[in-house]
Amino acid sequence: MSGSRDLILARVRRALADVPPDDTPYEQAFERPYLREHGHRSVAETVDLLAENLADYRALVHRCTAGELAATIARLLAERGSAAVSVPTGLDPRWLAATEVTQVPDSAANTPAELDRVDSVVTACAVAIAETGTIVLDGGPDQGRRRITLVPDHHICVVRVPDQVVSSVPQGLERVDPARPLTWISGPSATSDIELDRVEGVHGPRTLEVVLVSGE
Amino acid sequence: MSGGTFVGMPAFPKAAHEAVHNQTLRGNLRHATHTIRAKRANAVAEVSDWAELREAGKQIKDHTLRHLDRYLVQLEESVTAAGGTVHWAADADEANRIVTYLVKATGESEVVKVKSMATQEIGLNEALEAEGINAYETDLAELIVQLGKDRPSHILVPAIHRNRGEIREIFTREMSEWGRPAPEGLTDTPAELADAARLHLREKFLRAKVGVSGANFMVAETGTLVVVESEGNGRMCLTLPETLISVVGIEKIVPTWQDLEVFLQTLPRSSTAERMNPYTSTWTGTTDEDGPQSFHLVLIDNGRTDTLADEVGRQALRCIRCSACLNVCPVYERAGGHAYGSVYPGPIGAILSPQLRGIDNEIDASLPYASSLCGACYDVCPVAIDIPEVLVHLRERVVQGGAVTREGAKVVLKPAKGHAAERAAMRAARWAFSHPGALRTGQRMASRTRRFHPRSLPGPGKAWSETRSLPAVPAEPFRDWWQRTQGGKDTSK
Repeated sequence: MSGSRDLILARVRRALADVPPDDTPYEQAFERPYLREHGHRSVAETVDLLAENLADYRALVHRCTAGELAATIARLLAERGSAAVSVPTGLDPRWLAATEVTQVPDSAANTPAELDRVDSVVTACAVAIAETGTIVLDGGPDQGRRRITLVPDHHICVVRVPDQVVSSVPQGLERVDPARPLTWISGPSATSDIELDRVEGVHGPRTLEVVLVSGE
Repeated sequence: MSGGTFVGMPAFPKAAHEAVHNQTLRGNLRHATHTIRAKRANAVAEVSDWAELREAGKQIKDHTLRHLDRYLVQLEESVTAAGGTVHWAADADEANRIVTYLVKATGESEVVKVKSMATQEIGLNEALEAEGINAYETDLAELIVQLGKDRPSHILVPAIHRNRGEIREIFTREMSEWGRPAPEGLTDTPAELADAARLHLREKFLRAKVGVSGANFMVAETGTLVVVESEGNGRMCLTLPETLISVVGIEKIVPTWQDLEVFLQTLPRSSTAERMNPYTSTWTGTTDEDGPQSFHLVLIDNGRTDTLADEVGRQALRCIRCSACLNVCPVYERAGGHAYGSVYPGPIGAILSPQLRGIDNEIDASLPYASSLCGACYDVCPVAIDIPEVLVHLRERVVQGGAVTREGAKVVLKPAKGHAAERAAMRAARWAFSHPGALRTGQRMASRTRRFHPRSLPGPGKAWSETRSLPAVPAEPFRDWWQRTQGGKDTSK
């Protein structure tokens, strides 16, 4: 289809006949007068804002220390009544040390239908954005393939605070690698398609639990 | 299959005239637009640098459009380097042929679709159906539209013209035709309806081998595509199938990864009035063992380069499809999306559709008039498209004709039919204003005979007055009143 490629590019160039060839280059084309973050907050306040905004979008937020993490995850899986949990290959095994739920290791061989029979998934994240209440997954070894946080109905995501927390969208984008597949999650799946009534979950996990874990 | 086509639609004045008499439609629309409008204002008020973000978004998009050739070539290189294949489509037919060919090459006869304005614009579902390929819409609202054999009426919430009772009825009647039937005893609560859709669609996702999407943004520097959504159906279509085909307009480029920091702040707040939409997916070519192993990007022109050639109308290509302009528009609120007879309804549709499709037919020639020029759409636009400016520009084009670009070639457009009365009126006005004596006589005559004026104009003015209320003629011409009272100073007379 190189015919259409050349055709379209030629049309674009003709359409832009009014643009001088020495038109301002990208670096000088515009300023970025907007803010890098909104407001000044201490580290603790930024973490609090993350918790508040996550909850505002109906994620369930839990806080614990590193020492309490395994027990916290075990409790959340038990409360949910999960029988099987999907586990990324690089997840710290200590996180699941206290649960007896069947662990299904993330594997390319797992079909979506198999994954559909798994109740829960536990992952880490790449970064979390306080101002918008967003967690970002980048497919790293402790987060797994994109599908494991999508098909099961219950996602437990662990955020290390404060080092994985940034204030704003601009700061979040700086921290992630565009070459990796990214999933930005702000609250559980939602729809407002029916009379604008917000309903959790048509397709993604209907329950999102975020564990903010502090300390080593 | 995704509802009726827009061919054969009446022009806007007639369609709108019928729509405003539909009480259910008006009620649904009024509720929707007022709710989103208020929420959006709050979401925008939360960020103190909104004006700066808006200006930056405008400048980034303008810069990109002014160098679109360069960024398209850069995008092609970076997508290819990341393992994707880039295809170019000059028009809708070519885009449909490419997608059909790609689907057939997989040996599959069904695809799952993420809601996409671009694929609606080119009529992809119908084209696939003609080749024996079923395209399943997976966005809840698009599903409602598809099952209801209907057309979308809003960019963001396409089934907003339907209320819960109508949706229940559609699900109960139609789901079994397409796959898993609606559960027994389905009620009309939104949660139950959403659950029925979840079960119905999950069956399709889990077996799908081919996904078709659009994209909100494409990053030239990195070759990254971005899809912004709420439900997760996007993530399903983007990650579960083996093959992913994304159909995207050439104007959706941003130069760098950093540029997304502007649009990921302005788009959700303008669109769903949220700080951030529930899900955003980005992908760069293919990734080993995670997601589709075959990725095709189909870049479509389909009238965009013609739009680019118009120095006033070009700004419409900045649009990021947030739909904020629909929700504030008094005309959209009453007429609804269907009346626009185009995939892009509301104020943005009124300037985008006539430019993408030309103004040769009656629908497109009528669209620049589907506005009160109140300017609310410009105020809320997150990339500052001066919609009223373009509307007026296009009205002039409709009435006067002039040089435009069609499929890359300059053509001179004749004045559109049906606007002869307008031109005659303008000529008459020009003559009257340059002959003050005649104007004075005419005005006095009008005042004296005002009791006998009809409600609509006879003869060539009939078309104009059918869709407008004629102003009442005052009892005394202004200039007579001014002279008599010395400009209002002497009120005793």
